[in-house]
Amino acid sequence: MKILNCPLNGPRPLQEFQFGGEVREMPDPDRVSDEEWADYVFRRSGEPGVKREWWYHIASGTWFIAERNNQTDETLRTYLPGSE
Amino acid sequence: MPYRLLKFGFSKHYPEQRMFRSPTVLKGEYDTVVIGGGGHGLAAAYYLARDHGVTDVAVLEKGYIGSGGTGRNTAIVRSNYLTPEGAKFYDASLQLFRDLSRDLNLNLFYSERGHFTLAHSPASLRTQRWRAETNKHLGIESEIVGPEFIKETVPEIDLNCGGQAPIHGALFHPPGAIARHDAVAWGYARGADGLGVEIHQQTPVTGIEVEDGRVVGVHTDKGFIKTRRVLSAVAGWTTHITKMVGLRTPLVIHPLQAAVTEPLKPWLNHIVVSAGLHLYVSQSSRGELVTGASLDPYELISTRSTLDFAESLSGHLLDLFPCLADVKLLRQWGGLSDMTPDFSPIMGTTDVQGFYIDAGWGTWGFKATPISGKTMAFTVAEERDHELIRPFRLSRFREFRLVGEKGAASVGH
Repeated sequence: MKILNCPLNGPRPLQEFQFGGEVREMPDPDRVSDEEWADYVFRRSGEPGVKREWWYHIASGTWFIAERNNQTDETLRTYLPGSE
Repeated sequence: MPYRLLKFGFSKHYPEQRMFRSPTVLKGEYDTVVIGGGGHGLAAAYYLARDHGVTDVAVLEKGYIGSGGTGRNTAIVRSNYLTPEGAKFYDASLQLFRDLSRDLNLNLFYSERGHFTLAHSPASLRTQRWRAETNKHLGIESEIVGPEFIKETVPEIDLNCGGQAPIHGALFHPPGAIARHDAVAWGYARGADGLGVEIHQQTPVTGIEVEDGRVVGVHTDKGFIKTRRVLSAVAGWTTHITKMVGLRTPLVIHPLQAAVTEPLKPWLNHIVVSAGLHLYVSQSSRGELVTGASLDPYELISTRSTLDFAESLSGHLLDLFPCLADVKLLRQWGGLSDMTPDFSPIMGTTDVQGFYIDAGWGTWGFKATPISGKTMAFTVAEERDHELIRPFRLSRFREFRLVGEKGAASVGH
């Protein structure tokens, strides 16, 4: 069984989690060009490597960040947003 | 035993011609380099040589031909899409498929079965009616049918799905077909090879050289190749390649898994798809039930298989066909799906001159093989987008002109 470490609840089975996609910084919508905004909305860094991603622990309603290698599926660390 | 087979058995030398040559040396320069020896790349090479007279082409494949998505899909061909852009494109592909065995002189076992997309709720039946109307308008055979018709055509089906998800009706698409997917890659490879295209297997691309916004060459593990035109047709590996030329795309990669059961006597003529149960199933000419589900729930560039998938797939298969309770799963595998936010492919010219992209094939790539080869060959030869694929250009995201195929969701699509 695949285990993910929830920063609040400790190691839990992967089935209890939902993937939330890559962590992206939202630019100020009033200041950016259309092209920069499109880049933020649609573009992703899908290439292989370690990614910062949002994950959600469904049972406890916790959103947190995981650093995970998207090729080997190894999670390096997980933490609550703002506590890195 | 046929005489030919007997002769084959006693022959000291391999008596048949090989499907294609295996050149050991790369030339220093090619007119066009195709990265990826799957169905799409090989089809593009074939049509480049046959329709456009461009024969100085190298197809570079890091594994063996058809080892990616081409040999891992569930081999379904259909054109009952939701958007006019999509439906027109996939229907052109289906028309090419119908003649492809003759065209390539190889039996692709192309078999028109009729394709059901089951609706388990009034809401999903409404979307399917929308699809049916779009299809009819474009001259594609497609209609809404009731539960009685489904039961009459596929008597083994449980219309109540164990009481969990009763079937309200279905979108029925008579031209829906299955084909032998490996043969599609081999057929195109043989065709392209016969016209002078070189197919280099086990030749990974390690870099792409760009000067002043224009492609000038490709690095491989066997040396540098000078070229001015590169077509990337690597689907699940696209993000590796676009990184080499500095292009950003919306692609994210998820695994998609599939499985076959042990072979059974022929009983299921049709292709049955259920979005509600995340399931599609058809019976191959070998008798195996070929079945798949929706995408794996998180991004991963890996073709590993999971027990979770086998469990949920079997459960849903039994909801639909309780008669399969004693049938065993024979084999399970995974492939890579390069997903786009609008569930349409990314095709054509890019901001890098001479770099052409054929990607975003997610869970819908196999059925598009012939038309994608044909339109990409046109695009590379003419250095402008073919009319059919203009809606799928990479710049559509910058222009906020997405082609929302998501509403057509069959399974994860």
